[in-house]
Amino acid sequence: MSEILLQIDGIEVKAKEGMTILEAAQSAGIFVPTLCHHEKLEPYGACRICTVEVETGGRTNLVAACLYPVEPDLVVRTRSEKVDKTRKILLEQFLAHAPDAPALQDLAQEYGADKDRFAKESSFCILCGLCVRYCNEVKKKNAVGFVDRGARREISFIPEAASKECWNCKECFPLCPTSYLQAAYHLTEALAFPSPSFKPASE
Amino acid sequence: MPRIKSPAELEEFRKDIISKRDPNKPCIAVCTGTGCLALGAAHVVTALKKEIKKQRLGTKVDVRETGCPGFCERGPLLVIYPEEICYLQVQPEDIPEITSQTLKKKKIVDRLLYVDPTTGEKVTHESDIPFYKNQLRNLIGNNIKIDPKSIDDYLAVGGYSALAKALCQETPEHVVELVKNSNLRGRGGAGFPAGLKWEFARKSPAKTKYVIVNADEGDPGAFMDRALLEGNPHSVIEGLTIGAYAIGSHEGYIYVRQEYPLAVENAGIAIKQAEEYGFLGKNILGSGFDFTITVHRGAGAFVCGEETALLMSLEGKPGEPRPRPPYPAVKGLWGKPTNINNVETWANIPLIINNGADFLTSIGTKGSKGTKIFSLVGKVNNTGLVEVPMGITLRDIIYRVGGGIPGGKKFKAVQTGGPSGGCIPEEHLDIKVDFDELTKVGAIMGSGGMIVMDEDTCMVDVARYFVNFLSDESCGKCSPCREGIRQMLKILTNISEGKGREGDIELLVELSEATGDASLCALGRTAPNPVLSTIRYFRDEYEAHIKEKRCPAYVCKELISYYINPDKCKACMICLRKCPAEAIIGGKNQIHVIDQEKCTKCGTCIEVCPSRYGAVKKISGEPVPSPIPEEARIIARKSKKR
Amino acid sequence: MDNAKIDKIINKYQGDAGSLIQVLLEIQSENRWLPKEALDKVSKKLKVPLNRIQHIVTFYKAFSLLPKGRHEVHVCTGTACHVRGAPRLLDSVQDLIGIRPGETDLDLKFSLETVNCLGCCALGPVMVVDGEYHGKMAPAKSEEVLKNYD
Repeated sequence: MSEILLQIDGIEVKAKEGMTILEAAQSAGIFVPTLCHHEKLEPYGACRICTVEVETGGRTNLVAACLYPVEPDLVVRTRSEKVDKTRKILLEQFLAHAPDAPALQDLAQEYGADKDRFAKESSFCILCGLCVRYCNEVKKKNAVGFVDRGARREISFIPEAASKECWNCKECFPLCPTSYLQAAYHLTEALAFPSPSFKPASE
Repeated sequence: MPRIKSPAELEEFRKDIISKRDPNKPCIAVCTGTGCLALGAAHVVTALKKEIKKQRLGTKVDVRETGCPGFCERGPLLVIYPEEICYLQVQPEDIPEITSQTLKKKKIVDRLLYVDPTTGEKVTHESDIPFYKNQLRNLIGNNIKIDPKSIDDYLAVGGYSALAKALCQETPEHVVELVKNSNLRGRGGAGFPAGLKWEFARKSPAKTKYVIVNADEGDPGAFMDRALLEGNPHSVIEGLTIGAYAIGSHEGYIYVRQEYPLAVENAGIAIKQAEEYGFLGKNILGSGFDFTITVHRGAGAFVCGEETALLMSLEGKPGEPRPRPPYPAVKGLWGKPTNINNVETWANIPLIINNGADFLTSIGTKGSKGTKIFSLVGKVNNTGLVEVPMGITLRDIIYRVGGGIPGGKKFKAVQTGGPSGGCIPEEHLDIKVDFDELTKVGAIMGSGGMIVMDEDTCMVDVARYFVNFLSDESCGKCSPCREGIRQMLKILTNISEGKGREGDIELLVELSEATGDASLCALGRTAPNPVLSTIRYFRDEYEAHIKEKRCPAYVCKELISYYINPDKCKACMICLRKCPAEAIIGGKNQIHVIDQEKCTKCGTCIEVCPSRYGAVKKISGEPVPSPIPEEARIIARKSKKR
Repeated sequence: MDNAKIDKIINKYQGDAGSLIQVLLEIQSENRWLPKEALDKVSKKLKVPLNRIQHIVTFYKAFSLLPKGRHEVHVCTGTACHVRGAPRLLDSVQDLIGIRPGETDLDLKFSLETVNCLGCCALGPVMVVDGEYHGKMAPAKSEEVLKNYD
């Protein structure tokens, strides 16, 4: 794999072809905030907190660092007026869902995000997708998934699968940045798990 | 039907078809596109066939059921050949007269002709009707000449000659050059140069490549692609096959939204016919090139018009867009190089192959070549599909072709580009319509939807309408789009309900920036356009809603009241009887009063009040006057006796 | 729902995973809704996990997880119909039937949906009942139209 030279925050970084800006930055010890990223999972690009400014072909764009592939002579800025403004308002939108989530507090302080800017939303979930993706890609049990779309998008446990798999697993629980996941699991368990006398359909 | 095995055989076959068609034999072409069917065209056809049988004209007259020729406002319509007599708003009851007068005696039925609204002059021939005359109908002009379920009709107008030329006389590389030289820009919305896109896909090394027709056409108010795919599916198939050859693909898809059942049906029939005739399948026309097409239906998601979401849908997944890079030309369907283009883009290809690149470059502006089909709808007289050269002014489209605003109302704005576009006010009516000029004024070309709005349209309501649409259609994966639109909708709803606050406009702009800059796909990135363009040109309306709790266009329900002017009311009881909420108090000799508590703002009273009285009006931003005392409401009628 | 019919539809697509949405569209069209048993069967036969099927049938609006009424009422809320007064038409239909878009009334008589453009903008505002188009609909006319359906 060929080597690619790019510039991040004025520092020259050596990266390998196929790396993302996030991987290149991390290899050079440059911090880029993330919420929906996890080393064991395919990059997802949902939270957009890792948004950075790139200059390529004479044009400046905002892109997600976790997804954008490195290019020769790429100029990247992990902080700028636009980047900071974007991260601030994204955080304020997340805080409307989960104002006290530990994962958001440091970032909120760094970017001056006001947790009361937007009216409180009814769900703690910020739809980072870590639970769904972990269950699909790592455990391959598909016990939890997304439903619906747009502002109505939610995570949802599949009762038949969850009742068989989750009790002994729960590896996704610590991944949830807002503890919504645990609440959703217990609610599903209480309301929708098949009763003990239920026999699953024969395979 | 034995397969046609070479270009020479094709020409023989075509000559044969044409020779068997007498150009002087009367033919009645009736539009049976979805729009006219909704107006009763099927009954017109049934009546026509019945009458022809009754009059024993079966062998003397042909009936052709066609796709949409675009003059939707005046449907059901038909054109009688060879004279090209055009009758509009035809009902089944008109058929006996048409048959006996026009078909038998060659006499015109005057009342069914187009009447010029200014001169009162009647127009007999289709091509003389100003609506058509002021267009350049290179693509849609064929619709009235073809029965979409007849491949022979398509062959009779020269169909598949471009395919023969491309496959048997040109190299794939040369076809790509031709398309590049024509400067054809994608007609789906982004306007990316088609030839360049083809070149990327051509250069991607892979044995398997795909070509796709994007017929998802989700922009509300746009139905150009429906008319092309329903009315002339073979033109799209021919273009797709040529593109497949140029790029090196052997498998194609037509992705159609399931809300277009007739387009799905006609595309499917056309593919079967093309296979039968040898224009699809193995060794097409003896060129050695193999290609098959499958029709794939959408399942009700606007976001699937975005090319990467479309790919996800084709792969049987939820329509969540993918990050780009990598672009579909490199890594598309099932990870293979894929070229996706809009229906209208594909339909342009046979024209370019047959007539050369200059056919397109000789029309249009420097940056935008060729024609564009627009769906001109909303507050406009001649609602329908119009095909015009790039570079025509908005004013010409709306007034010369569109016939201006109905009801003597004043033009306010024209919205182009659907939910990704913007509203253009009167001051820009003279801009030349092309990709770049529209972007400069804060709109986009989009797929061609052109919604005309008048003084009765509230621009805050328009912004709220589009954001509401997008909040429903956003896939919800990325937070700038999902959350940004969620918050923008709340603010716009509050403003339209009289709960707007100082700082709302600035907050809308701030949200717009984040959503526009950081979203994963074009849906999110262009979602702010309707909001930003209405703020740019109609800020005063926003401010009236916020500061004065007033809706200047009298649309936003929470901010308007209906009021009967006691000086004008003649106590005719019409509104009283029709009010669905029984909210009008009054009687035969008693001036009517609307009970504001019961009023649901449905607008029935203002619609039914006789125009000579015009007693009902809408009030906004001021309190409703209290009713005059009951005694004063009694009308003393002059007694009839002396 | 007829198991044999579901099998026939799945076999038509030869178990191709990419055809999942096409299979579900056909079952929806045949049966007018997607019962849980049908989804379980499709999951098994096409070897697609249930969580993906669940996402698809809630993501795409063509699918219904609840039985539909005898008569399907679609009110167009495309931009052209919107500027011609579709919201008031929708309000009056909602009031008449007593349900909101996406719902079915308790007697399973009417199901109401909004549609984002039927492509007949010259007729706006448009309402379609059981495939029959009613154009230039004034809100006051909706009672007249709907009372013809039992």
